[in-house]
Amino acid sequence: MNALTVIGEVLVLLGTFFYFLSALGLIRMPDVYNRMQTSTKSATLGSLGVIVGVGIWALGTDFGSAAWLTKTIVIAVFLLLTNPISAHALIRAAYKSGIPLWEGSIVDKYSEHLEAKVKAEETPEETDETGEGGEE
Amino acid sequence: MIGINVYLALIAIATLLSMYRIFRGPTTVDRIVAVDIMTTITTGLMVLFALYYQRMIFLDVALVYAILAFGGVMAFARYMEGGL
Repeated sequence: MNALTVIGEVLVLLGTFFYFLSALGLIRMPDVYNRMQTSTKSATLGSLGVIVGVGIWALGTDFGSAAWLTKTIVIAVFLLLTNPISAHALIRAAYKSGIPLWEGSIVDKYSEHLEAKVKAEETPEETDETGEGGEE
Repeated sequence: MIGINVYLALIAIATLLSMYRIFRGPTTVDRIVAVDIMTTITTGLMVLFALYYQRMIFLDVALVYAILAFGGVMAFARYMEGGL
């Protein structure tokens, strides 16, 4: 039992605890947006802890080598890059397919953004009309 | 130090809670979110099994599983958006 094994076990314990917290947020939150918010963040952090922790833990054992740490860091970086992308795509699909927000939520920035975009598409036509009037 | 049974028990509890959301979820996106969390947890479980059985080949299995899960979730999202 050396120092690398202890560090790896502590990281794995923290990671599995964050897995448990993410699943708890998955059943405790009121609507799909809050569920995605809590679950994806803590599941990503938990998998970073578990995977890098296993790599460090294997360095301290007799069968482990540096290839373990390299492969686990590759998997952890891949998860860190792709988990927010899939969460973003899922939430945009949920909003565009018309799932309503929880009745207690008071901020909806995305609808304000869509309204601002619609207004920005309407105003250049008016400026074009005035521009043509100016040329005449 | 603590033992791998504690980690496996925490992962089992997390999987059971997300399976509750899969069966109970009111909308389709709820179920896809729960499946996404379950695939992330399963990737960590495969890495733990690689250490438990002392086989490095399980790490490659975990990497390919993560890539396929990402592709599946993106396909579901595009389908829900109506673009597929």
